[in-house]
Amino acid sequence: MTLALQTFATVKDAGAALKAAGACYLGGGTLVVRAANEGDVSISGFVRSTEPALSAVAVSDNEVRIGASVTMAAIARHPDLAPLAHAARVVGGPAIRNMATVGGNLFAPTPYGDFTVALLALDATVSTGDGELPIETFLAKRESNDAIVTAVGFTLPKEGGFRFLKVSRVKPKGVSVLSIATVLEQAPDGTVSSARVAFGCMADRPIRARAAEKALIGRKLTADGIAPALAVARDGISPPTDPIASAWYRNEVLPVHLGRLLLA
Amino acid sequence: MAKVPVQFTLNGAEKAEFIDSGTTLLHALRDKIGDTSPKGGCHQGTCGACSVIIDGELRLSCLTLAEACNGATITTTSGLSEGGVLHPLQRAFLDAFATQCGFCTPGMIMAAKVLLDHTPNPSREDVVEALSGNICRCTGYEPIIQAVLTAARSNSQNAA
Ligand SMILES: Cc1cc2nc3c(=O)[nH]c(=O)nc-3n(C[C@H](O)[C@H](O)[C@H](O)COP(=O)(O)OP(=O)(O)OC[C@H]3O[C@@H](n4cnc5c(N)ncnc54)[C@H](O)[C@@H]3O)c2cc1C
Ligand code: FES
Ligand code: FES
Repeated sequence: MTLALQTFATVKDAGAALKAAGACYLGGGTLVVRAANEGDVSISGFVRSTEPALSAVAVSDNEVRIGASVTMAAIARHPDLAPLAHAARVVGGPAIRNMATVGGNLFAPTPYGDFTVALLALDATVSTGDGELPIETFLAKRESNDAIVTAVGFTLPKEGGFRFLKVSRVKPKGVSVLSIATVLEQAPDGTVSSARVAFGCMADRPIRARAAEKALIGRKLTADGIAPALAVARDGISPPTDPIASAWYRNEVLPVHLGRLLLA
Repeated sequence: MAKVPVQFTLNGAEKAEFIDSGTTLLHALRDKIGDTSPKGGCHQGTCGACSVIIDGELRLSCLTLAEACNGATITTTSGLSEGGVLHPLQRAFLDAFATQCGFCTPGMIMAAKVLLDHTPNPSREDVVEALSGNICRCTGYEPIIQAVLTAARSNSQNAA
């Protein structure tokens, strides 16, 4: 089956075309063209925009704005985005990374969405034609989103402040058992003064680990210091069972991997 | 369904076709243009058999819409040999017994070519990483890795 593609020079015109029933925005196509190839009849046509701003990366004074069409490969090689290179490089294999966009990753269902886990820990904002939203709010209601995402924005964390871990069985490229991103600030004596922790594959989409974040405040990154955070790491999670791992396994190994990342 | 024109450069030759809107590049190459070197293994982005090089980057033709390639420069494995002489990668794959059923081979060679274009002297890890999106069910991968390393060595010897 083939599906018509409509290409627009502006996001505005593409946004208008996207309102038609069955129209689906086309990013890199790694999820939607795959769905169409599998016979997903809910898609009746593709819409995309080639507006240059969608493919732009801007970094000034540590404020980052990444256009929605920027690919994982482009992020991985961008000199100003070096702290995020690892999180982009773990998405799929080389060909997938040349195609997979930031915008599409925001919609990727578990066990995908690894880069979004990083964006969630960075407390990014998501810009759409309808305005800006905190990423957590955006993710919570992404199914009802019918606007084109134009960019994500965030503040680059201080050097060493961002950590990311993806666990997969197949090396070097494999789908996530889980992924974890943290953005931590520490006082001069090493105690944690602010913490954001995000998990992938612990629900149907990336989630924040509020209880673990709270338990890290005022603690040092030592085995004893992080023990309370590990004890509550599973609060609020509902990991899936899929061909990669069972819910039981994901639940068991989450504190182990969180501990390794925090002590790294 | 309305036909739409597509035009791109394929292995150095200008190609223009009318296709159904929404046709994948894999389908357009194989069934319209007649280049059957990219293979349709999974149509899901998982196997890499359909890999082609678009404007210097490795892409999966099964997940790429042909219309999105208007004006692009596309390389497939069928464009690698020159005047009946195999490309060093093709030669190395044959010599190293890196091709058995052959279904994965064109995709592997595309992935390897992009690697060697950017990294002429790759490490073993570089090769494994570059081929990580391509599945082979026959060889066990080791002969393929060796073939890519051999091709890299023969390229650098020729360049010296
Ligand atoms: C073999 C394979 C391996 C993969 N491995 C990984 C992995 O390791 N980690 C991972 O995170 N993901 C992985 N993925 C999933 C996918 O490639 C990525 O999540 C990718 O970032 C999706 O982006 P895309 O541009 O291809 O999305 P598309 O397929 O183009 O779109 C996905 C969804 O997002 C919507 N969308 C896209 N862009 C916008 C926008 N700007 N505005 C509004 N809506 C938009 C589309 O309408 C669609 O609903 C893999 C996929 C495959 C096929
Ligand atoms: S046919 Fe394209 S990746 Fe398998
Ligand atoms: S040679 Fe048969 S799949 Fe690789």
